[in-house]
Amino acid sequence: MTDRMSFQVGEDIRDTKAPDGPIEERWERRKFQARLVNPANKRKLHVIVVGTGLAGGSAAATLGELGYQVTSFCYQDSPRRAHSIAAQGGINAAKNYRGDGDSIHRLFYDTVKGGDFRSRESNVYRLAQVSVNIIDQAVAQGVPFAREYGGLLDTRSFGGAQVSRTFYARGQTGQQLLLGAYQALERQIAAGTVTMNARHEMLELIISDGRARGVVVRDLVTGEIESHLADAVVLATGGYGNVFFLSTNAKGCNTTAIWRAHRKGAMFANPCFTQIHPTCIPVSGDHQSKLTLMSESLRNDGRVWVPVQAGDTRAPGDIPEAERDYYLERIYPAFGNLVPRDIASRAAKNVCDEGRGVGPGGLGVYLDFADAIARLGRPAIEAKYGNLFDMYAQITGEDPYRRPMRIYPAVHYTMGGLWVDYDLQSTIPGLFVIGEANFSDHGANRLGASALMQGLADGYFVLPTTIGDYLADARDFGPVDDVAVAEAEIAVRDRIARLLAVDGTRTADSYHRELGKLMWDYCGMERTEESLRKALERIPELRAEFWRNVKVSGTAEELNQALERAGRVADFFDLAELMCLDALNRTESCGGHFRAESQDADGEAVRDDEKFAYVAAWEHTPDGPVLHREHLEYAYVTMTQRSYK
Amino acid sequence: MNLTLKIWRQHDAAKSGQMVTYHVEEVSPDMSFLEMLDVLNERLILDGDDPVAFDHDCREGICGMCGLVINGVAHGESRATTTCQLHMRQFSDGDVITVEPWRAAPFPVIKDLVVDRSAFDRIIQAGGFISVPAGSAPDAHAVPVKKEDADAAFDAATCIGCGACVAACPNGSASLFTAAKITHLGLLPQGQPERAVRAKAMVEQMDLEGFGGCTNTGECTAVCPKGIPLDTIARMNADFLGRRG
Ligand SMILES: Cc1cc2nc3c(=O)[nH]c(=O)nc-3n(C[C@H](O)[C@H](O)[C@H](O)COP(=O)(O)OP(=O)(O)OC[C@H]3O[C@@H](n4cnc5c(N)ncnc54)[C@H](O)[C@@H]3O)c2cc1C
Ligand code: FES
Repeated sequence: MTDRMSFQVGEDIRDTKAPDGPIEERWERRKFQARLVNPANKRKLHVIVVGTGLAGGSAAATLGELGYQVTSFCYQDSPRRAHSIAAQGGINAAKNYRGDGDSIHRLFYDTVKGGDFRSRESNVYRLAQVSVNIIDQAVAQGVPFAREYGGLLDTRSFGGAQVSRTFYARGQTGQQLLLGAYQALERQIAAGTVTMNARHEMLELIISDGRARGVVVRDLVTGEIESHLADAVVLATGGYGNVFFLSTNAKGCNTTAIWRAHRKGAMFANPCFTQIHPTCIPVSGDHQSKLTLMSESLRNDGRVWVPVQAGDTRAPGDIPEAERDYYLERIYPAFGNLVPRDIASRAAKNVCDEGRGVGPGGLGVYLDFADAIARLGRPAIEAKYGNLFDMYAQITGEDPYRRPMRIYPAVHYTMGGLWVDYDLQSTIPGLFVIGEANFSDHGANRLGASALMQGLADGYFVLPTTIGDYLADARDFGPVDDVAVAEAEIAVRDRIARLLAVDGTRTADSYHRELGKLMWDYCGMERTEESLRKALERIPELRAEFWRNVKVSGTAEELNQALERAGRVADFFDLAELMCLDALNRTESCGGHFRAESQDADGEAVRDDEKFAYVAAWEHTPDGPVLHREHLEYAYVTMTQRSYK
Repeated sequence: MNLTLKIWRQHDAAKSGQMVTYHVEEVSPDMSFLEMLDVLNERLILDGDDPVAFDHDCREGICGMCGLVINGVAHGESRATTTCQLHMRQFSDGDVITVEPWRAAPFPVIKDLVVDRSAFDRIIQAGGFISVPAGSAPDAHAVPVKKEDADAAFDAATCIGCGACVAACPNGSASLFTAAKITHLGLLPQGQPERAVRAKAMVEQMDLEGFGGCTNTGECTAVCPKGIPLDTIARMNADFLGRRG
């Protein structure tokens, strides 16, 4: 075992700050216990919110409404462009408007089970409780959810649930919810409670006297390095799926904000828990810069198949029925094409590994609508999926009404993130983490339509309450240490200077692509001890080469997109290493984490609750990572193995 | 295919810019337009040159961050398409393609193809919202909304705020953008209490930012990636004048 693959084990995490008592009453109790800050004092308290997606946008707006002084940051040119905008399918809520047996308890149960028993009961229960308020809030803001002819809200069912609880706004639910939060935020900007800094990137956290007290940011237009101070800092910077280079994330999505905080003492929980979405448009060539999601709803009518014979290069229409393998229907007769995301993804990988994949590079499977068109008629399919078919045609140049779509799994969401307690506070006092950036509610696998719910629950309802309790002590915080500020700024400047000084022969993007490929091959849909060890050998080598040979043109004092990218890639290297270490440690399979060594005779994932019913929270130390375990207990849901056969 | 690009280069807001010619070779028809620019930029970086700055993020047509004038048309010639969704199969070997930023006085150039669209945010600040602090909302089913109103509100709400409408308008008007929001909120029962104030405040802010007036040329809808209809502007004008539709 080399150094890279070993780690220390630290003390277990025992206190998550969740109140005890009956689970239904815990959030009520926490709200009542939370101390209040009087309105006159709120005006003097300053909170920094980094990120303006569903989580950060709703949090900044709400804190502003409550009367705090808020400073908000995003790297895009407007807060409205956070990647929450791209969410398509919908948002879950336990409204039970259909009277189909839904309830807070059922949403809680589905989420814990869907997360493969690796999330905290208390947090998930609260999420289900708050879900109903989110829909009320959004409707009052004017979010144009789909409605029925009677004027009431429409819902649909989504993977992993037997009730219809997903609210949606055509295929643009994320956009509409984000615009609701954005408009609330703009209202507070106009009211003077929130100061917005678009085109600013957070590059360092400022800690003074053991508390998070500010951030160092780079003005992406002028290149100026600025320090902003506050009484508390909230990170809402989204997921880190771009460590794989290719993902359904936006180009700018990054790990820098949470990684810098991790380096400064915030523990990183379950970094290896990644969700791979089965229905994305496959890679078309080396130039590929991102992957586009095709909504999961397509699996309701499309049939997935590949040729029986490996290396069959005939056009799909020339392959007779007998020579097609509808492998999901064959292997999972009960669920067929509708098996959960992780299972569909892995099955696609397996048939492609057998050489039966289709399209460029053999990395694709067919999603065929011929039967559905024959059964329902083309107009019905157009009405249901028209916009998706158009998008597919635009990207691939192929007509999915005539030729089966080609799809392949892609990295989509990261369940891991900074560790937070019940109050959404990290292990650094005063540093709160919300939305996809934290690890809190989805365990080892997130259910469809639950990320939007969590982001808004955190931002509108949970954080604004819990941060007040922390800020009730702000009078005792004292001034921010000048030395801490200066050191943080110097660290940022040094890193930028180092990146510019290398002047090598490869671009940051080319390293990012190589790192992403490595992560996909070794720490992707299927992980083995061997693959993870290989990755842990290779990542440090590649990182060393990056720091010796990267080429970043331009200067630090201007709009410099090459520099922005290089900084993000540098942090992805470090994160990638921790992900592989976490994946190596967790020798069980659970949710999105599949260790080939831990499967049954049918190839199904096998969890090891005895050894791994815990959250792996990693601490950064100069001597390497230290693992802290937070043991998970299930008092309300019985732990069972999933089966979809 | 091999292409010639004529791209607007401008170091920063203070300096003047000019068109610069580049050649890109072996462009695959499957590439998106932005991926083709990525290829050019990778080369420029390795040559130690300044890569071409352009805005983009989601690369799937929804964030509204990208926006280039391609051969004189905002987002290029394909209809209902953002720049990031434009693919190179629309072009042919040997083509000469001009690439410019949005041009409008309220959208000053920051660098190369990157412009400052913060005026749009300020128009929303002026009144593009419904005032409802978190936690104060009644049950979502308290007020039913007619399906047709909800659907029409949705259609207007799909605006991505890219600014193509302004770039295409001979008057540099932001009417389609502003009207889309006024229409979205004004069609819903929740948006009624602030409807008149909203229209007035947003239109005034639009004028204050220096956007031109609307003379119904319809160039805006023609380039709009989301096909926001022109009749939203009539609605905005009616609301502004206090006429209730
Ligand atoms: C294509 C797609 C479809 C999806 N569909 C659904 C769905 O139907 N239902 C569902 O529930 N979930 C869905 N998800 C997941 C869901 O959209 C996300 O998990 C969620 O929106 C994340 O919200 P967020 O607020 O945490 O982060 P984001 O929306 O990603 O916002 C991050 C913010 O942080 C800022 N930021 C990041 N780094 C920095 C930095 N270093 N400095 C300054 N600012 C920074 C960004 O500017 C941005 O404002 C989908 C995801 C994708 C990618
Ligand atoms: S990059 Fe988001 S719309 Fe084009």
